[in-house]
Amino acid sequence: MAHRLLSGVMNYSDTSFAQSTTAPFLSLEAVRKTYPGVVALDGFSMEVRSGEVIGLVGENGAGKSTLMKILGGVTRPDSGSIAVDSVAHDGLSVEQSIGSGIAFVHQELNLFENLDVAANIFFGREPLRAGPLKLVDRAKLREMVAPLLKRVGANFSADAPVASLSLAQQQMVEIAKALSIKARLVILDEPTSSLPMAETEKLLDVIKGLKAEGISVIFISHRLHEIERVADRVVVLRDGTLAGTLAKDRINHDEMVRLMIGRMLKEREKAGEATRAPGSVALSVDAVRTSTYPDRPVSLELRRGEILGLAGLVGSGRTELARVLFGIDERLGGSVTLDGKPLDVGSAADAVANGIFLVPEDRKLTGILLDLSIAQNISLPNLPAHARRSLVSTSAELATAEKQKKNLGIKAPSVATRTGTLSGGNQQKVVLAKWLAMDPKVMILDEPTRGIDIGAKAEIYGLMRALADAGVAVLMISSDMEEVIGVSDRIAVMHEGQISGILDKDDFSQENVLLLAVGKTPKLLQAAGGTQ
Amino acid sequence: MSKKDLGLLILILVVGAVVTAINPRFLSAINLANTSNLVALFGILSIGQAFVIITGGIELSVGSLIALLGTLFIDFIAVREVSWPLAFVLILVLGAIIGFVHGWLITRLKLQPFVVTLCGLLIYRGVARFYTADGTAGFAFGQNFPTLEFLTAGRSGGLPNSFIALIVIAIVMWVVLHRSVFGRYLYAIGKNEEAAKYSGIRTGQVIISAYVICGVLTALSAIYFAMYTRSISPASHGQFYELYAIAAAVLGGFSLRGGEGSLVGVILGTVLLQELQNLVNLLGIPSSLNFAVMGGVILIGVLVDQQWGVFRARRRMMEATRQNVAGAPAE
Repeated sequence: MAHRLLSGVMNYSDTSFAQSTTAPFLSLEAVRKTYPGVVALDGFSMEVRSGEVIGLVGENGAGKSTLMKILGGVTRPDSGSIAVDSVAHDGLSVEQSIGSGIAFVHQELNLFENLDVAANIFFGREPLRAGPLKLVDRAKLREMVAPLLKRVGANFSADAPVASLSLAQQQMVEIAKALSIKARLVILDEPTSSLPMAETEKLLDVIKGLKAEGISVIFISHRLHEIERVADRVVVLRDGTLAGTLAKDRINHDEMVRLMIGRMLKEREKAGEATRAPGSVALSVDAVRTSTYPDRPVSLELRRGEILGLAGLVGSGRTELARVLFGIDERLGGSVTLDGKPLDVGSAADAVANGIFLVPEDRKLTGILLDLSIAQNISLPNLPAHARRSLVSTSAELATAEKQKKNLGIKAPSVATRTGTLSGGNQQKVVLAKWLAMDPKVMILDEPTRGIDIGAKAEIYGLMRALADAGVAVLMISSDMEEVIGVSDRIAVMHEGQISGILDKDDFSQENVLLLAVGKTPKLLQAAGGTQ
Repeated sequence: MSKKDLGLLILILVVGAVVTAINPRFLSAINLANTSNLVALFGILSIGQAFVIITGGIELSVGSLIALLGTLFIDFIAVREVSWPLAFVLILVLGAIIGFVHGWLITRLKLQPFVVTLCGLLIYRGVARFYTADGTAGFAFGQNFPTLEFLTAGRSGGLPNSFIALIVIAIVMWVVLHRSVFGRYLYAIGKNEEAAKYSGIRTGQVIISAYVICGVLTALSAIYFAMYTRSISPASHGQFYELYAIAAAVLGGFSLRGGEGSLVGVILGTVLLQELQNLVNLLGIPSSLNFAVMGGVILIGVLVDQQWGVFRARRRMMEATRQNVAGAPAE
């Protein structure tokens, strides 16, 4: 083990040495982690050797983030073991994780934008000058930072303010920071998801550089072609289990997709078929642009009586579209019509007045007011209807709430219960209840079943179908593949701010959705003649 | 009346009893009338402040506004010979306009309430001093406005008319805050502005309205203060009054984060503050210690309230864990 103790100073050793190491740096054995109602990881095993680049792929919700939390010491597994340098642990603490040389570069960077590069890299560990004032030794600091920046191939100086750097450059700072603490495993979580092409190239070069130094890398990405290019091995997660491992010579796009979605024709969990043919177009979106993707127009038609699933990867612009349609964000261009009439919503209040309702992604921050009672939450968007001469009628409020509580099966001691004390599923029902108590024309649901147990999920699917059957146009944004396929009547898929394709029921398959989500052409779709 | 308000009332009575025991003049008719007049003046001001605080905002300019609007009012009726009812309405409208501008800057231009109203504090004080050329605004000898004086500084059956005005305003504002649709919106916005917006509430309009209400009530109290002092030197008139108003709201159980507090609370907070002022005078405590006494009492009050809250939250949590094996809060 002697060479391991030296690992910090042998970063420049040749790759053959690093790869000749037999015992893996890190190995996970049968790790299991459950959250109430969800098995996040189930009997998951993997190992990481020194100087190895592992591509980690899986759909949203496959268990990647839970795995990261376990490696970072943020959560402990329920069972299984994690061995670092062949020393087994039940779970890591944050200190152990850092002490073992595991470093993270997250999608959201943790840098102080107001400080310069050097200060960020050695934040809290600055070299100090002698003397009682303990001033920062800036010369020494620059000396220490220079080689780190060279190793990541930085094209910026140590005293550049972080705010002036591009996203890829900021990621290099993060990686340099990881190197400064003598990291042996750098975990990159979706580092390229918001990078333009040229910047991505730079980052992939940095990954190769790390590998050459004998540092291991776990590279998590939805961009499979990048994985193809840098990974030595690909680990595929599906539903919290290891779906498969691909050795270097077997890494290719189709294999990864196949493992990610499992059997080609997986049983669907259906939420009831539509009982009527979709009606007239309720909401028509024409060349609408959002502030996140100002140069990508989105066009979409939503019919009465249908559930249109809106699939896509996280960050593909689905939530932004919903926020524009609901009047929270400004519409940058294009037009929207409701029942054939031009519609201009400048605020959520306008949207609500027109019968366009949103069940937002973040239930606790935007969906409901946790401090208010169930009844107060339900009446809030429609308070004037529960008032006489501008004074709130508590009895009218309670009557509406009681009715909705019964209809939706909200489980709570009474409608006066504070919503903050309810379970996630019941909170979500309250969000739905406040809109159902009014007269929805268009119902937009953003990740309606996230963090909700299976029983409540099925009830919410049932409610959505009932709404559609009543002639409401339902738009459901979801990252849960089975949900999208099982619930929708049509599926629109977004990729980097644009609708990359719309699938009719006959063309529904996880593979098609996933191909569209990563910007590829769905093969089946073309064979079937295509839609859109 | 909530438990919080009840606790405050008991504190007021206890302090009153102690002061009376030491100096019985506390309960004399003249002292009570004087104190209730001051409670009325500061009470009207504090109710306005409370409407802003409930939204999670703050209004720091009210002290300076009292100087500016008071100066203008006296100038209008004493120098420019505007009829007093017209001047009265003009001042209220001016207060509304200033409140509107503050609210507009905060909601539309997304400036922080603290910054906007701090600038107001400086601007209005400066304008008031400039307007009188740093002189004093007052009435000429023998100038009389009997009706106005009766309404503002007069008494009915021993009760100051200002105090009667406070009671009427308090009842109206209680209904607005605790019973109206608008009041519910105010609380919702104070609790979680984003969620309120996502529920289709026009949060900007509601917040602007809160600042307008504060502006109008401040203007009204400015007239009362002007008629109470009868002469105004704009450099010092109304100084620190914004802090009295904020202190009354905080003592009355308002959270500066918004969404919490009751109208009864802010009135009781005002009463306690004036009682403390009175106590300093009656007990022969050096009046230079005035602010120190107030600050100390507010600090202790807030501390006790906060610790009580922590205690209750802990108890609630323990009960919840004991009951909820069936798992109500799943996340």
